[in-house]
Amino acid sequence: MAVKATKSKSKRAPKAAKSNLQASGEELLQYYREMLMIRRFEEKAGQLYGMGLIGGFCHLYIGQEAVVVGMQAAVTDDDAVITSYRDHGHMLACGMDPRGVMAELTGRSGGYSHGKGGSMHMFSKEKNFFGGHGIVAAQVPLGTGVAFAHKYNKTKNVSLTYLGDGAINQGQVYESMNMAALWSLPVIYVIENNKYAMGTSQERASAGTELYMRGTAYGVPGEQIDGMDVVAVRAAAEMAVTHCRDGKGPFILEMMTYRYRGHSMSDPAKYRKREEVQKMRSERDPIEHVRQLLLDGGYADEDVLKQFGREVKDIVSDAAEFAQNSPEPDMSELWTDILVDA
Amino acid sequence: MPIQVLMPALSPTMTEGTLAKWLKSEGDAVSSGDVIAEIETDKATMEVEAVDEGIIGKLLVAEGTEGVAVNSPIAVLLADGEDASAADVAAPAAPAPVAESPVAAEPAAAAGPAPVQSIAAEPEWTGATVTQTLRESLRDGMAEEMRRDEKVFLIGEEVAQYEGAYKVSQGLLEEFGAERVIDTPITEHGFAGLAVGAGFMGLRPVVEFMTFNFAMQAIDHIINSAAKTLYMSGGQMGCPIVFRGPNGPASRVGAQHSQCYASWYAHCPGLKVISPYSASDAKGLLKSAIRDPNPVIFLENELIYGNSFDVPEDDDYTVPIGKAKVLREGTDVTLIAHSIMVGRALEAADTLAGEGLSAEVIDLRTIRPLDLETIIESVKKTNRVVSCEEGWPFAGIGSEIAMIVMENAFDWLDAPVGRVAGLDIPMPYAANLEKAALPQAEHIVEAAKTACYRT
Repeated sequence: MAVKATKSKSKRAPKAAKSNLQASGEELLQYYREMLMIRRFEEKAGQLYGMGLIGGFCHLYIGQEAVVVGMQAAVTDDDAVITSYRDHGHMLACGMDPRGVMAELTGRSGGYSHGKGGSMHMFSKEKNFFGGHGIVAAQVPLGTGVAFAHKYNKTKNVSLTYLGDGAINQGQVYESMNMAALWSLPVIYVIENNKYAMGTSQERASAGTELYMRGTAYGVPGEQIDGMDVVAVRAAAEMAVTHCRDGKGPFILEMMTYRYRGHSMSDPAKYRKREEVQKMRSERDPIEHVRQLLLDGGYADEDVLKQFGREVKDIVSDAAEFAQNSPEPDMSELWTDILVDA
Repeated sequence: MPIQVLMPALSPTMTEGTLAKWLKSEGDAVSSGDVIAEIETDKATMEVEAVDEGIIGKLLVAEGTEGVAVNSPIAVLLADGEDASAADVAAPAAPAPVAESPVAAEPAAAAGPAPVQSIAAEPEWTGATVTQTLRESLRDGMAEEMRRDEKVFLIGEEVAQYEGAYKVSQGLLEEFGAERVIDTPITEHGFAGLAVGAGFMGLRPVVEFMTFNFAMQAIDHIINSAAKTLYMSGGQMGCPIVFRGPNGPASRVGAQHSQCYASWYAHCPGLKVISPYSASDAKGLLKSAIRDPNPVIFLENELIYGNSFDVPEDDDYTVPIGKAKVLREGTDVTLIAHSIMVGRALEAADTLAGEGLSAEVIDLRTIRPLDLETIIESVKKTNRVVSCEEGWPFAGIGSEIAMIVMENAFDWLDAPVGRVAGLDIPMPYAANLEKAALPQAEHIVEAAKTACYRT
């Protein structure tokens, strides 16, 4: 019986509630633009990778744009964001400069980390973006610690701590949820469930695939959300943020989403059928969804959206150009930033 | 302007591949993200997606062509209104240059680590002192820093209500309350990561590990999250944090609870590592560690928590990180030790004096940054060195001392550097075996006599 009682705290977002959600034309235009920016930026990053201008690991966010854009629509600049290595979209959504992000991808001095971090390791204190972490799930206790500091400092700010459906099986996630619940920390665990942990499908990795229920043992409420619908994401985020700001402790949002590309650039993604990817692309694309809402609602016509596309493309082209022309870091950078002078 | 579609690289090592299949034909419209072709390498088949939108004007490479170089044009994309003749113009263009730096890199030799800075020792204390145990001095050090800076908090297992598994945090909960003295569940990986996150936010966590053996659960956050973030962020985001607790062999607790982590942590750039012996050094160094803007590993020793020392009576007395201390001056051989081994080195020096050998004893106090200056100055005087540690010998602190002495004072050496260390085995439980596994004063005496050719 106890299980049942606890379970009622975690529930799927009712379908009716989702369809009731309304966003203004202005808001939809903003989300469209932000998502398009991420999409075009990532496509460009993929292209630069193909040209050998970006090295090592490069994890693209294409397909998942609605998650971070919808979440960001529900928070303020003083709230914190932390995520894993699939981080370019989060940085752009936090308002970080596309030039600085792209130049970090190319390993140049104009990058956010002066070329010393790369795709997986960028930070912006100014934008309250806490990385960019390459060890799967390491960002979960770190983000919980950011929430701890919010509470310690007696602010009302929240910590948006993103993790994937792969990270959810790491022990430190549960260590974090336990402490966050014990101490009522204002942290929202946003699980971006894109169905594959690298090449291992969720079904093969997770016993119990309802990931929003993973906090049940600690009394952490969770909801499963359509992560391809930016308005549904925003509504869920607003509810979770209110929960946190009211001092009620952590919240889990499981975002059902999909990545169109492989795990990283060097993953041919043979573990899923092309038809599966095509189906998601053609039927559930988050950007196309908003585009239709804009056209159907009469908020914008094709010309306006094309103009948006050109503006975004110009920004991305400029970032790519900057990233190729910015000089490589000076050799003196090898030995700086190891320790702060005491 | 027609756009050239280039042969992409699937990995940083790929130089050419096979254009296996075209999925679009000349005249087809494509938009960003559309798969236009499949390419193969020896490792995998991958899809090529269009990055720009337009109409395929011309396919430049036929299906099945092998050995297509990365970055060579494979198709031409036409924008709205352009006709196929534009494609002809675009076709012969030279391949885009492969990632070449617009700025010539300086030779690596042009840069190097910052020169070792001479760190001034703390002034000799001439004021009043109080006799305190190591345990009490650590508590006072934390309490004083918590009074001084409200960003400082203590977190760990049993630190609050229980007042510390080894009673180091006695009275802190009462004075500072549960918001700043925080009992955690048994969850080292989690609370270490949580504290690092709080450190990113500018708080100054003091993390107590019940013993450093349990910090193995948290070592990913100590190294990957705390030590490396400043560098990875280009200096933007650091982590002022102290990880402290008992380290080194305890007594009759078996292999998992008896080992020294000095060399493990000292291996990693981005960390400072402290391992004090006396209560006054422990307190002064802990205060410096809490004020330091970097991650600091503070290695204590359970077996000497109850030892008493004279400690300066001054809330602002600190000891600089990175400065060793000559505890006893000598002329024949230098004994270099840290933590509990300092006591054994002093004992050995007494024995050696009785045999007519004058030993100089250096307490390293800080392992990283290592005080090269004090070590080398002593070696130049005595010409003989014995390193003393409880940790395993392989890649230990003694190995590093031997290396830096060779690099900096080779011509002053009159004998090979001697090494006293724990035996290269997991710690046994049986009383006789454990005793045999640990380095004692007599081993130091023996090594010193060998270095002085007095066997």
